[in-house]
Formats: sequence, structure tokens, C-alpha cells
Amino acid sequence: MGKQHAAVVGLAEWRPERVWPRPMFSLEACAELAALALADAGVDKREVDGLCLGGIYESPMFAPSAAAEYLGIRANFAEVVDLGGATPAGMLWRAAAAIEVGACETVLVLCPSVIPPRPDGAKRGKLDFPIYLGGDAWGSPQGAFEIPEGLVAATPSYAMVAQRYMARYGLREETLAKIAVDERYNAQFNPDAIFYGKPITVEDVMRSRRVCDPLKLLEIVMPCFGGGALLVTTAERARRARHRPVFVAGFGEHLTHKSITYAPDLLDNPIRVAAERAFRMAGVDRKGVDVVLPYDCFTITVLVTLENAGFCGKGEGERFVSEHSLRWDGDFPLNTHGGQLGAGQPGLAGGLGHLTEAVRQVQGRAGGRQLKKCDVAYANGTGGMMAEQVAVILQGA
Amino acid sequence: MGTRHDSQGRPLPLVNATTKPHFDAARERRFAMQRCPRDGFFFYPRSRCPTCLGADWSWQTASGRGVVHSFTIDRAGHVPALARLAPYVVAIVELDEGPRCTARLVDCDVERVHVGMRVEATYEDVEGGTVVHFRPETAR
Repeated sequence: MGKQHAAVVGLAEWRPERVWPRPMFSLEACAELAALALADAGVDKREVDGLCLGGIYESPMFAPSAAAEYLGIRANFAEVVDLGGATPAGMLWRAAAAIEVGACETVLVLCPSVIPPRPDGAKRGKLDFPIYLGGDAWGSPQGAFEIPEGLVAATPSYAMVAQRYMARYGLREETLAKIAVDERYNAQFNPDAIFYGKPITVEDVMRSRRVCDPLKLLEIVMPCFGGGALLVTTAERARRARHRPVFVAGFGEHLTHKSITYAPDLLDNPIRVAAERAFRMAGVDRKGVDVVLPYDCFTITVLVTLENAGFCGKGEGERFVSEHSLRWDGDFPLNTHGGQLGAGQPGLAGGLGHLTEAVRQVQGRAGGRQLKKCDVAYANGTGGMMAEQVAVILQGA
Repeated sequence: MGTRHDSQGRPLPLVNATTKPHFDAARERRFAMQRCPRDGFFFYPRSRCPTCLGADWSWQTASGRGVVHSFTIDRAGHVPALARLAPYVVAIVELDEGPRCTARLVDCDVERVHVGMRVEATYEDVEGGTVVHFRPETAR
């Protein structure tokens, strides 16, 4: 058995929206998400003494104390996590670890990804996307050497992972397309998914616009807005909560580079180390996992993650994806909520979706896509350019 | 900012004291790279060697040659000034001295670029400086 010190007992998740209909400040989003997660868990706000958060635009500095003050929480543990798409998974294990060592007892994990109102009161449904992802900061190596050469946003970097994979192992583009298709199938059973009611075929993916070879439009996440939260507490408190406690049984985190240029190996990704640590800690092997929820900013991310996390061998991803159904009702249920490719990528909350889905499946709350048996979930986050990677194993009590 | 933009909105490097020797050499059509006496060459320019954190490195003129480790044909461009250049190839080049460097691959048929292709540095004078790209290797 893995760790049984801290458990997820509640969650909140807004439906992702391409155009955010309710402009609000991040702190306002935190307050609403916190209220929803506490109500879901049946836990009183006064029990909360820890905060893990990110994306607090009204407080670029001192965000944890700003949130504690705004939400009226006396925190014994509070921090901002900055791991890109791996941030929510990084928050979850930090919350669990803080609880295990006795730093605090009940932690709110808050991932707002909303649009603030404009000072002039004008309507605004979209936010200016920081296309350089902060890489243009003064002194940044990316700013001097990579952005001027066209290594901008994330797509070219992941495309180069795919191209390297093709050269190293061989890979049919249709195999990558199948990942998008199977995830989109799952989204048809998630009414909150951006692409609910819009199934696609391999031909649709193959015919979609080539953005950065070999990646095509339908292999790339749809950026959108939303928000979510998790409530994590002690094993003792979790036993008295409303839902089945979901233990953070194991976790691992690994990072070595920011730019894909300097990744030690484009195909030997940090998630290999992170997942190995998580599985060892949880005392679970890959065959003991009921649902696999890998971060999926692009199709290639899923393929290399399946290999590196040990669900198949290096270079076996093509055969694995071809031979298995990744549908929720298939033989290898993967991103049963539709993943980000099917449900949307609401900023920071995009990586939270893998965790909320893990919790829902283990708690038996996944509605029309509920797995018959789900006691152990594997989820991971990937930040930046296959850079920050965090794996978690969640296990039902 | 680490990136400036020319009058057409094209992103260009904003040089600082650490990176200046590299860009000064580029103006002279040389690919300059730091070399640590213990750990060899490293790139991008740093104040200390990323292996031993020693500060006794020296600037060297490197070959500016290497192989395409990976690449993509970028058909989007992501910002308007880059979109005007699309489709273009962005490549991670493994330099013969060891380190990797990502740059655009120019003077080539974008559809014929492949992993393992030999390339060499080529230099473009731009507003207020020089930038380094790669192109298919010519005979030595």
C-alpha cells in the first residue's frame, strides 16, 4: 500500500469556455471555487489551514497572503506553485506532503483561470495571450537565442519532439491522430467538454491544417478559460467526509530544462523519473492502475508519456496506441473526461482536469463515463516544453 | 526585455554583457562559444559553466557546424512578423563541439530537411545587430 496520510475529499470545476462569460478577478474566482469545493466535501471553511495556488493576477507578489486575507483563512501553509501545466499536480503533492509532516491539516488547491473585468467597464471575452510565455524577459536566454529564431509558444517545441521520435523509432501520423480521436470520443460522454457533441475521425485530424510539422490543428489543445479546486485533508478527517477518500498514495516530480533545446534527451523525458518515484512510493505497478490520465497538450505528449511513465517500452508507443482502445469503455481507459484535447485547456485549470477526473472516477462520480472498477488512478502534469513533470498515484480508501 | 522588435515587428535579441561576445563574433561571421577547461564547450552564454559552475571559461571560435537533431516546418509563425516568413524551418542543431543550438534553417527547401542533415552557421545582419541561422552545409 502507498501513502495514506492525506486524501482528496472534495473538488470544484467550472465548465471550460472559449469566451469567458463572467469577467471576475482571480481572487473572486478563488472565493467561489473554494466555496464550491468545501460544499462538495462537506467541510467547514474554518478547518482550512493551507493554500496552494497560482494565477492570482491581482497580486503578482504576495499572492498566498492575498488569498488568505481575501478568503479569510488562517493558513499554516501557503504557497504559489509555478510548474506550468504540472502546477496542479505539483500543488496536490505539496499539499499532501505538508499534511503528512504535520505542517497543516486541510489544504485548498486553487486554480483560477478567468478573465478580469476591464477598468473601463468594456466587455472583454478574450485575454491577450503572452505568446512568448515570459521568455522575452530581460536576460532570458530564450529571448536572445530562441524567440528571434522562431521558437515561440509551445507548438514548435513539441513538434520537434515528434519529429525526433519519427526519426528515432518511426511513427505514422495516423497513430498520433488516433490519440486525439479516442480522447474526443471520451469527450462525448462529458457534457462539460468543449468538444461535447463533436466527435472526430482520424481522417478529420489528418486533413486538419498543418501547424508545425508533423502536428496538425486537431492534435493541439484548445486554449480556453475556467477554473477548479481540490480540497485535501488528513486521513482521519477524510474518513468523516462525504465522499470516498482518495489518498495521494505516491508522487514524483522531475525537471531538468526550460527550453526543449536543452532537454538532456528529447525522448527520455522527466516524467520517467517522476513516474518511477511515484509508483515506487505508492507500491503499485502499472498493471494495477485502473485509469491513466496523462497531460495532453499535444498528441505527441501522450505518446512519449505512456512510454516514459512505463505503460509501454521505449519505442513501443506506436504499437501500444494502435493495439489498445484509449476510450473510457476500451481496454486502456485514458483521459476518460476527454483530456485537454477533448475537454479544453482552461489555463492553469487544464492540468487540474486530469486530477479532478481521477478523483471523480475513484469516487464513482464520473457519470456516463464511470469505469466499472476504479480504485487506482495515475495522473500526471507536464509544464513548459516537456520540462516540469509531476506524477501522482491516487488510491481510493 | 530579452527580446526587442525591429521596425517591422520582427523579434530580435536584446544583447547583454554576457551574450555580447557571441553576437559581436557573429557580426564578424564567427560562431563564438564558451569553453570550460574541465567540461568543454557550453551554449548558450552563461556567467559560469553549467557543469562545474567554474568561472574560468574562455571564448573560442567554434566550427559553427553540426547536424539537425530535430526540426519542424513552422507554417503558423505565431506572431505576425514571423508569420510573414512562414513556412520556415526551426531546427535544434547539435553542434560538432557538443552543445545544442536552436535556430532557423535558411537557404533550403523546407520539405527536404531531415534529422541528421549536416548544417553550418550563416549570419544575417539585422537592425542593430547580427543573428545566427543555419543552412545546409557547403563543401569545406
